[in-house]
Amino acid sequence: MNEELSPTQNRRDFLKTTTVVAGMTVVAPGILLYSVSQAYHEGAVSSDKRWGMLIDINKCSEGCNICTNACTVEHGLTEHVRDDIKPQWIRKVGLRDKQTGREFSLPMMCQHCENPPCTDVCPTGASFKRADGIVLVDRHICIGCRYCMMACPYKARSFVHEALENQKPHTPRGKGTVEACNLCVHRIDFGHGKKPACVEACEKTGHGAMLFGDIKDPNSEIYKKLREVSSTALRADMQLNPGVRYQGLSL
Amino acid sequence: MKNVNFCVIEGKSLGFYVGMAVLSFFILLGLFAAYNMEHHGHVITGMDNQIVWGMPHIFAIFLILAASGVLNVASISSVFRKVFYSPLARLSALLAITLLIGGLSVLLLDLGRPDRLLVAMTYYNFKSIFAWNIILYNGFIAICVLYLWFMMERRMQRYYPTVGLMAFIWRLILTTGTGSIFGFLIAREAHNAAIMAPLFIALSLSLGLAVFLIVLLIDCWGTHCSLGEGILHRPKTLLGVLIAGVFYFVLVYHLTHLYFTGRHGVEYFILAGGGVYTVLFWGGYLFLGTILPLLLLYHERFTHCRISIGLASLLTIIGGFSLLYVIIIGGQAYPLNIFPGKEIISSGFFDNATVHPYTPSSWEIMLGISGIAISAFATMLALKLLPLLPRSLADADIDDTFKD
Repeated sequence: MNEELSPTQNRRDFLKTTTVVAGMTVVAPGILLYSVSQAYHEGAVSSDKRWGMLIDINKCSEGCNICTNACTVEHGLTEHVRDDIKPQWIRKVGLRDKQTGREFSLPMMCQHCENPPCTDVCPTGASFKRADGIVLVDRHICIGCRYCMMACPYKARSFVHEALENQKPHTPRGKGTVEACNLCVHRIDFGHGKKPACVEACEKTGHGAMLFGDIKDPNSEIYKKLREVSSTALRADMQLNPGVRYQGLSL
Repeated sequence: MKNVNFCVIEGKSLGFYVGMAVLSFFILLGLFAAYNMEHHGHVITGMDNQIVWGMPHIFAIFLILAASGVLNVASISSVFRKVFYSPLARLSALLAITLLIGGLSVLLLDLGRPDRLLVAMTYYNFKSIFAWNIILYNGFIAICVLYLWFMMERRMQRYYPTVGLMAFIWRLILTTGTGSIFGFLIAREAHNAAIMAPLFIALSLSLGLAVFLIVLLIDCWGTHCSLGEGILHRPKTLLGVLIAGVFYFVLVYHLTHLYFTGRHGVEYFILAGGGVYTVLFWGGYLFLGTILPLLLLYHERFTHCRISIGLASLLTIIGGFSLLYVIIIGGQAYPLNIFPGKEIISSGFFDNATVHPYTPSSWEIMLGISGIAISAFATMLALKLLPLLPRSLADADIDDTFKD
């Protein structure tokens, strides 16, 4: 028996169906995206790791700039600019002990502090520390105020003073923003165990002055070494607990 | 209490138009400088990776401090109930707004990415004193607008002391925040000191009053408004006290540093071996900005002369500028002590420099001056549109109550 539906019922059904379909169309992708963003995926950054470096200054050769050169090539820091505005993600510093007169040199870069003053002062949160201890700058929200450069005790940051060309796809940089050593985060995240460029270059020359790894992993070489030898944190008095330590340096 | 008549400035004289034209020219110069700094990058400035904050920051912080301090006059009248200052309260609140706008404009235009203003206003890291300052500065402008409205609107008069108190407390917090931008820098020996906050508060009070007195003298000269000796006498005496207050904090700051062996290096740098910074400290701040104005304000021979009040105010500003230059630039010029006990013999990043050199570029100075021009332009425009200046400030027009 055919049931004749009244126009009112027809309209009601139509509205019901439309609402359900529209609701699902709007909400479902949102739920999907949320679940994707919340899903744990292998290799996600976690605080179970802390990337760090141990630099043996007795193995660091004076006059050798292989680490700084490797960094320049890796990140495309090749712009020809005045020395005072040149980007310096890593630099070599020559030192002499005031008491003993002993001379030595060491590479100096962002120390990837546990309590970084640069992230404390950054007004927008562009300077941030990842869960695995790497201190980075989000170039999308850096406003170029340079307060982090004022705050860094290691003078580890540079400001991009000029327009850049020929940037490397894995190292986005931008005029008017601040940058620093990122521990070659692209290698860590997507390099399948590749070490930072400076460490790799130092190893290749046979100096092996730079040891990189997870300082929380009891099986890692750096973990074992840090337990075995005495190491120094620069400006330890500030209690920043840097991820970069120096072996053979007494301050 | 005698009623005070307020009026707008006529704004039809040749002087007004010439003034506005000159200020517009300086504003355009500043915008041109900002455009070039944005287009070419900061390479065209004297700032680099060692001296990261330069001349624009001196101008900006000067204007921000003056903005907070210029509210003195309004605060004294509403918070401390000294009605003597009431006729000047409107001008005081107006200047607080315009000076802050000028200072913030310079700060914004100096950013590496001024186009990201929206980011700065929407992303907040609440551990950063800089982020707090963004809120404090905007809040201060809002409160001062409210303050000015309540002063001018008869129906709101009863709330006027409340908002006055709010503005007073707010500006103390604001200047604490500005001083703490430097005070919280653990790595910089010249900056890292809690006394920076009260020092900046004292400096804001003296700079603000000095700016106020200069604006008052210029306004009354330009508008032919009679200005009695009585109305100048009290702020003048107060200015002397505030200059002495700044000196006290500067003295304690340096004594503290001299006491700490670890800071002898930076103290020697500022006080004796720092070249331009040493000259600016002793000559600019101490002699020109402290001793001379105090002499002009208190010595029997000069104290009654109107020119000496204007000159003392101008010298206070010069002294404040010098002090800010020494603190901000000098503090960066002195190298960081990254390796205590070690002598740096070579570095790819100037770690071995005994001093980081800095020469401000004309772009920076143009940008800085435009901040002052923006403040002055906005002030003149507001005075033309709103009745903020008393019709007369002659002694005869000031009631006995005021004289109290």
